[in-house]
Amino acid sequence: MNTSQAILDGDRLALARLLTQVENNSPAGRAALIELFPYTGQAHLIGVTGAPGTGKSSLVNQLAQHYRKVDDKRVAIVAVDPSSPFTGGAVLGDRVRMRDLSGDSGVFIRSMASRGSLGGLAQATANMAQVFDAAGFDIIIVETVGAGQSEVDIARLAHTTLVVEAPGLGDDIQAIKAGILEIADILVINKADRPGVESAEKALKSMLELAHPTERVFKHHGAYMSVSVPKEHANPNLWIPPIQRTVSTEGKGIVELAGAIARHVEHLRQSGDWAARERTRLEAELEALIRDSLMNRFREDVPQKQYEEVLEQVIQRRVSPWEAVKVLLNGRLK
Amino acid sequence: MTEKKIRVLVAKPGLDGHDRGAKVVARALRDAGMEVIYTGLRQTPEMIAEAALQEDVDVVGLSILSGAHMALTPRIMELLRANGQTHVKVFLGGIIPDEDMLRLKEMGVAGVFGPGASTEDIIRDVQTAMAG
Repeated sequence: MNTSQAILDGDRLALARLLTQVENNSPAGRAALIELFPYTGQAHLIGVTGAPGTGKSSLVNQLAQHYRKVDDKRVAIVAVDPSSPFTGGAVLGDRVRMRDLSGDSGVFIRSMASRGSLGGLAQATANMAQVFDAAGFDIIIVETVGAGQSEVDIARLAHTTLVVEAPGLGDDIQAIKAGILEIADILVINKADRPGVESAEKALKSMLELAHPTERVFKHHGAYMSVSVPKEHANPNLWIPPIQRTVSTEGKGIVELAGAIARHVEHLRQSGDWAARERTRLEAELEALIRDSLMNRFREDVPQKQYEEVLEQVIQRRVSPWEAVKVLLNGRLK
Repeated sequence: MTEKKIRVLVAKPGLDGHDRGAKVVARALRDAGMEVIYTGLRQTPEMIAEAALQEDVDVVGLSILSGAHMALTPRIMELLRANGQTHVKVFLGGIIPDEDMLRLKEMGVAGVFGPGASTEDIIRDVQTAMAG
């Protein structure tokens, strides 16, 4: 039977196999993606990222159970763990924390190794999310280790991005460093039963206040002073990331977190940000594909021998890389 | 990105709680460049078959130290087949008596490893099974 039709009919084996083909960027995978594309655009994509050991997998486990039991949604999970930069192998252990979800046909968990390919991870994840979307999953949760640019790229895929922190991982200087916290739509302090939760929350709060100044009250020479942001700068459509406390091993704070996610979806729809994010995401995907295709076309048009000759001249410092590009591209155009 | 990686599910069915061996094997297969999905302790045959399906693995490695291998292994193979995963190779490690080893191989188990088996042997047998 046709793969795409099998996916639309809910065939789980066909789904699992297509995910492999899409992950490997095979021609069959791409062909199915083309056929399935009209059926995508329905699911809510939730990105979950944060430092190792903050309890992301347990949190995803709880969140997925919530969506199954309370909202009766079908949930797909893509759990990304790092590949070894030396051997290319990986141990993917996120399922260990998600055993509560096994035996439920409304849940599909797929582990994925990062494979360390340039920008390829975000592309593969996006494509896998599209397959789940077409297969009729209402919620797609993408879990990544928050350690770099690829996580930021993956966060761009998501409608809602959760950044998970835990007490005791860093001080307020960590919180004002650029990067992972900036991409958060919702900040989660997991393991909130541990000591240090107050200072972790305070650090995140002050970070948010720097990023989104509204009104601040502070003590100045013993007197309390209030400073408001001028009205013309206050944006009623601005989403200020809420800070949610959870203890995912006990299921605490999950209902409240799901509530915050629901409010974020409502905000995205009302403010028009949902459409804007879809646009950004699809545009980024299109650009990446164009880049790949141009590169492939270049490789087809320019003989490997010529390429290596020019490269050799660059290595010997006879031609600069900029001039080399001109020579190679103009050679192609002739 | 185009190279097909060998995907392996390492699982511990049944009730014994000793997962040291399973973890050593998982690590060794990782170092041989495979992608290893580790599921943790006390998995039912149904959980293992479901995980093997969702992860579209090529190989399932079972670690059983409880003596229940003659009950658990055939059940897992039956479920894999019922799910349409006829191509999946099943390997078994643990405390397995010699006469059971023969019977398990007759059932279609691709390889059985007892105490003292080297990780090199396990890696080689998995790679051979995938190539053949």
